[in-house]
Amino acid sequence: MSTEMRVHLRRWLSFFAMAALIAIMTGPSGSNNAPVQGLTQSFAQPYSYFGLFRAQRWMIFFTFALVALGLQTLWRRSGGGVRARTAVLRQGFEAPGRRRATVLSAVVVVALVALFIPHLISNPGIQSGIVEQVLAYVILALGLNVVVGWAGLLDLGYVGFYAIGAYVTAWMTGRLPIAAPFHHPVSSFAAIPVAIVFTMLAGVILGAPTLRLRGDYLAIVTLGFGEIILVFSNNLTNVTGGSQGTNPYIPSFTFRIGGLKYLFGNVGYYFLVAGFVVVTIVLFRLLEHSRVGRAWTAIREDEVAAESIGINPLKYKVMAFAIGASVSGFAGAVTASQIGVVYPSTFSLYFSVNVLTLVIFGGMGSIVGVIFGSILVQGIAVYLRFYPPSGYQASDLYMYLGALLIMMMIYRPAGLIPSRRRRREIYQAEDGIGHEGDVLLGEQS
Amino acid sequence: MSASIISFWSTHFALLKSEFWYLVVSGITTGFLYGMVAVGYTMVYGILRLINFAHSEIFMTGAFAGYFLMRRFVGNNTPSGAQSILLIVGGIAVGALASSLMAAFVLERVAYRPLRKRKAPPLAYLISAIGASYFLQNLAGKEFGRNPIAMPQPYGNANVFTVFGSPFNQYDLLVVVAGILSLVALDIIVSRTKLGRSLRAVAQDTETASLMGVDIDKTIMLTFLIGGAMAGAAGFLWGLNSNVGSTMGFVPGIKAFTSAVLGGIGNLRGAMLGGMILGMVENLAEPFVTSAYIDVVAFVILVGLLMFRPTGILGERLGRVA
Repeated sequence: MSTEMRVHLRRWLSFFAMAALIAIMTGPSGSNNAPVQGLTQSFAQPYSYFGLFRAQRWMIFFTFALVALGLQTLWRRSGGGVRARTAVLRQGFEAPGRRRATVLSAVVVVALVALFIPHLISNPGIQSGIVEQVLAYVILALGLNVVVGWAGLLDLGYVGFYAIGAYVTAWMTGRLPIAAPFHHPVSSFAAIPVAIVFTMLAGVILGAPTLRLRGDYLAIVTLGFGEIILVFSNNLTNVTGGSQGTNPYIPSFTFRIGGLKYLFGNVGYYFLVAGFVVVTIVLFRLLEHSRVGRAWTAIREDEVAAESIGINPLKYKVMAFAIGASVSGFAGAVTASQIGVVYPSTFSLYFSVNVLTLVIFGGMGSIVGVIFGSILVQGIAVYLRFYPPSGYQASDLYMYLGALLIMMMIYRPAGLIPSRRRRREIYQAEDGIGHEGDVLLGEQS
Repeated sequence: MSASIISFWSTHFALLKSEFWYLVVSGITTGFLYGMVAVGYTMVYGILRLINFAHSEIFMTGAFAGYFLMRRFVGNNTPSGAQSILLIVGGIAVGALASSLMAAFVLERVAYRPLRKRKAPPLAYLISAIGASYFLQNLAGKEFGRNPIAMPQPYGNANVFTVFGSPFNQYDLLVVVAGILSLVALDIIVSRTKLGRSLRAVAQDTETASLMGVDIDKTIMLTFLIGGAMAGAAGFLWGLNSNVGSTMGFVPGIKAFTSAVLGGIGNLRGAMLGGMILGMVENLAEPFVTSAYIDVVAFVILVGLLMFRPTGILGERLGRVA
C-alpha cells in the first residue's frame, strides 16, 4: 500500500471512529441492570437523535462523517482563500482607528440582548437557571481566569472557596446548626463582604505554603483541598447540616428604603447578578493593566527574570490565588442566597473542572474570551437542562466538557478568543523560543 | 481535661490492639493494589513529566472489563476449584488487556500524542489529561449506569489461614500473589531487559535517547501499555472486593498518586514501597478516624508530603526532574 493511500485510509477510519463515538455519546443510555443496552441501541435500533431521520443511527452518523470528511478535504484545498479574506475582514474591524468603535458596538449589542433576555424568557425555572448557571459562572470563570490565565497556576480546588462562601452566607444568616456570629442573623446581602474576606483568607492560608510547588503538584494539592472541603461539608453534620443541606431557606436579597421593601425575585436577581458581572469585568480590566497585572505577566513568562527585577513571585502568586478565591466565594454567597439551600453534593470536583473548561474554551487570560466562552457553554448547558434531548442525562454534560477540553488542547490551545499576549506565549513555547516548559506553569526548569 | 484526653486515646488504642492484625492484613492488600496503580503514575511521570489524571479511568476500564467477563461466565452458583482459578486469571488478563489497550492506543494516541508532536507546554498536557479523565468517567457512567455494581463473585473467598486470630482470605492471598508477581516482573523488565533500558534512557534524556536510536513513540506506547496493564489488573482485583462503577477510580487514583509521590515520583520501587506504606497507614488509622474521614488522611499526607518532602522517601528518579 502506498503512503498516500495509507494516509487516506487513516483519515477515513478516524472519521468513522469519530462518527461512531458521537453516535454513542448522543445515543440512549445504559443502566446498571442493562449495561450494554446503550451501546446496542446506538447502532441496532431504528432510533434517532434527530427526529427528522427515521433510520438507523449509525447510518445518520456515518453520513455526517462523510460530509465532514468532504468538508475537510474542501477546506484543505481552498481554505486558504477563505482564511485570507476573513483575515482582511478582521483587520478592518481591528484597525487601530476602529478598535474602539468595534468594541463599543459589541458591548452595546451584548447589553441590549442582556436587557431583553428576562423578558423574552418567562419560565421562572429557566430564569433562575440562567442566573445560577450562566451569570454566576461568568463571575466564577473570570475569577479563575486570574489564577489560571494571568498567574499561570492550575487551581482544581476552586470549588472549595465557592463552598466556603456559600457556607459563610448560611452561617451569617443563621441557617447553620451552629449559632450565627451576631445576636441577630444579618441579611444575606451583608454576608457578601464577610464571605469575600473569609475566602480571601482561606486563599492566602492555602496559597502561601503551597504556591512554591511545581505547577502540576499545585494542581493536585488544590484538588485535595477541594475534596477535603467536600468531605467535611458532607460529614460535619452539626456544623454544615450534612448531606441534607442547610435548613431553613437562606433569605433572598431584600432592599429597604424607609418603608419600601423590594424582595429580589428571578428577574431582580438577573439584573443584580448581571450588574455584579459588569463590576467584576471593570475591576479585572483595571487589574489586568495595573502594576499587579504586569507583574503576573512577567512571572508567567519568565520567573527568574521577573525575580531579578525585584518582583517577588510568591507574593504575586498568593495575591492571584487569593483574588481568585474571593471571587469564587463571592459567587458562592450570591448563589447561596439565590437558591436558598447549600448542598454539599454541588461541591464536587466536577464543579471546578466545569469552570476550568469555560476558561480554557474562552481563552486563558482573555476577559472577552472567558465571558463569551462561559455564556456559550453554560447557555447550552442550561438549554440541555431544561430541554433535554432523548437519551440525554444531566451528568452527560461532563462527558461533553471533557471532550471539549481535549479538543481545545489539540486544536486551539489558546482558546476561542485568545488574548494576544497569551497566544504568542503558547506558540513561542512550542517553537522553542523562551523557556520551554515554564511558560504556562510558571515553574523553573 | 487531661484525664478525658487520656481515656479518649486509650479506647482508640484498645481498638487498635484488638483489630491490629486484621488491619495489617487489609493494609497489605490495599498496599499492593495502590502499588500496582502507582507504578503507572510514576512511569508516565518519569517519562513525560505528566500527572496522568486519566490513569484512574484506566483502572476503571480494567474493572469493567473483568466485570463483563464475570457477568458472562459466573452463573447462579458460585464456581469453585479450577473453574474459579480460571475465571480469576481470566478476569485479571482481560482487565489488564483492556486497560493497556485503552491507555496505549486510545488515551495516549488521542489525548497526548498530538500535544507531544507540537511540543506543547505542560499545562496543556495536564488539561488534556483532566479532560480525558472526565470524558472516560462520564462515558462509562452513561453506558454502564452511574451507580456502583456488585461484581459477580467467581470464588467463595474462603479462609486460607489465620494471622494471630484474624482471617487471611483467598482474596488477600490472590492480591498478594498477583501483586508480588506483577511488581517483580515489572522490576525485572525495567532493570534487566533491553526494553527497560530504552525506557530508562528516554526518561533520562529524550533527545539523546532518540539520537542513540531509541524509538521514542514506541517507548512511550510501551510505558502506557505496561502501566495500563498493571492498573487494569489492580482494577479487577479492587472491583472483586468492593464494587464496580464509573467513579470508582477517583479515590484509589489519588491515593496511588500519593503513593507514587511518597516513594519519590519517577522511582519504580519507591512507588511500590509508597503504596504499601499508604495502605498500612490508612488501615492502621482506622480506629482513630471516623471512616468518612479516612480519605482525608491520604489527602493530608499528600499535601504535607508535597510541601515538606516533595522528593519522597527514596528520592525522585528516572531522569532529571527539577
